[in-house]
Amino acid sequence: MVNLPDEVGDPTKGMTSIVKTIVRFVLGIVIMFGAYIVLYGHLTPGGGFAGGVILACGYITLTLAFGRELALRKMGDTAASILDNSGALAFLVIGFLGFTGGYFFLNFIDHGQTFRLFSAGIIPLCNIAIAFKVTSSLFAIFMALSIFGRFMSRLVEEEE
Amino acid sequence: MELLLLIILIFMIVGSIIAIETKNLLSAVISVGVVGFCLSIAFLILGAPDIAITQVVVEILILVILIRATITTDNTAIERHWDTFSFISSLIFFGLFLVFAWLAVQELPRFGEPLLRVSSDYLETGPEKSGATNIVTGILLDFRAYDTIGEATVLFTSIVGAFVILRRRGRKHRKDMDREKVGILQDEDIKKDFRGF
Amino acid sequence: MILYFLALVLFVMGLYCLVAKKNIIKKIIGITITEYSINLFLILLGYRSGGVAPILLKGMPRSEIALHSVDPLPQALVLTSIVIGLGVLALMVAICLRLYEKYKTFDMSEINELRG
Repeated sequence: MVNLPDEVGDPTKGMTSIVKTIVRFVLGIVIMFGAYIVLYGHLTPGGGFAGGVILACGYITLTLAFGRELALRKMGDTAASILDNSGALAFLVIGFLGFTGGYFFLNFIDHGQTFRLFSAGIIPLCNIAIAFKVTSSLFAIFMALSIFGRFMSRLVEEEE
Repeated sequence: MELLLLIILIFMIVGSIIAIETKNLLSAVISVGVVGFCLSIAFLILGAPDIAITQVVVEILILVILIRATITTDNTAIERHWDTFSFISSLIFFGLFLVFAWLAVQELPRFGEPLLRVSSDYLETGPEKSGATNIVTGILLDFRAYDTIGEATVLFTSIVGAFVILRRRGRKHRKDMDREKVGILQDEDIKKDFRGF
Repeated sequence: MILYFLALVLFVMGLYCLVAKKNIIKKIIGITITEYSINLFLILLGYRSGGVAPILLKGMPRSEIALHSVDPLPQALVLTSIVIGLGVLALMVAICLRLYEKYKTFDMSEINELRG
């Protein structure tokens, strides 16, 4: 069960308490599954893109169930933008580190034994960087659309 | 196998006909969801579990975003002018497209027998060279990492573009600021009109 | 053969929705359907009959995957294209919400009249 502060039980924000309780149970599993998909991307189906979208889905579930304020407290817009940029930057830095062995995106770390978690050189690191990038950018775009939508619904009410 | 794919594809076509022709926008969005989930099943049957996972999750996000766009607004699409000329001309052109597509499809390699000129090398040497047992990830992040970095750039650009469009208050035009200084924009009504831009 | 053709029929229907419909949300739906059909066409091109997924499992000899696997290259390219489709869709929805804020309608012909 995800540990969320008690004030989010505020019935005026978000959905009903049934949804909130279910989300408390499910959210940890969703985020754990996303992390699994990212970390085991080089052994099983998955990878940075799919896992990143799953993690973003977890955050969006939190937003939809508990309202926007709580989700923004967990990951603010500045944090999302910094994570987005640092994910892209980490991917580039990993690529440039390949110049230590000769060329761009060289797999310069030892491959290790196949079927182990710590194998395949730079591929897990690249997966993690891409996952950070995809998660934070999708979360940020959802928050932007949601804030704009709130503004728009107010506009429609004013019209009526 | 082929029969199953045929059924799924026909189901997808029916779903997209409903999505295109329904008047209610919410129903159209949900029909697009049907098409996307069928596509995910087709990927799973075609031996691409990576893409099937990604398609399912992305489809959920697409539905959330599209429903967010339609639910606060008027959600019935009223086609005011039924334009017979454009309907008939588009039908003719798309019919021609389909005829040529049918001719071109005959020249493609038969279904189930891919050429595999580049990929056979990846398949043979992929696990040794990259160390990843998932060959798709090996191609994505080792053999063809340039492609991936290009696609990451495209994603970044589209997100930044959406932010720029959604930003609440843009910078003022230099011309407007000058006008405000001179006093042309003193009138409240004109100001309100300009704020819309 | 017929499967390729059906994927192209799906493409044409998305294109028709993009060209002939007046509503902006319908146009976005058309672009989405077009994108689905292209992804499906690329994956269909790489299928080998009776093929397995290109993932090496424990105890599977490496020569076997080179003989029986489906083509992994289109899969790697389509995987990123799906996520990019999501980003582009968010961009399109942002543009169309801005248009709604300004013109109070989704109808493209009405927007054209109002603009003039």
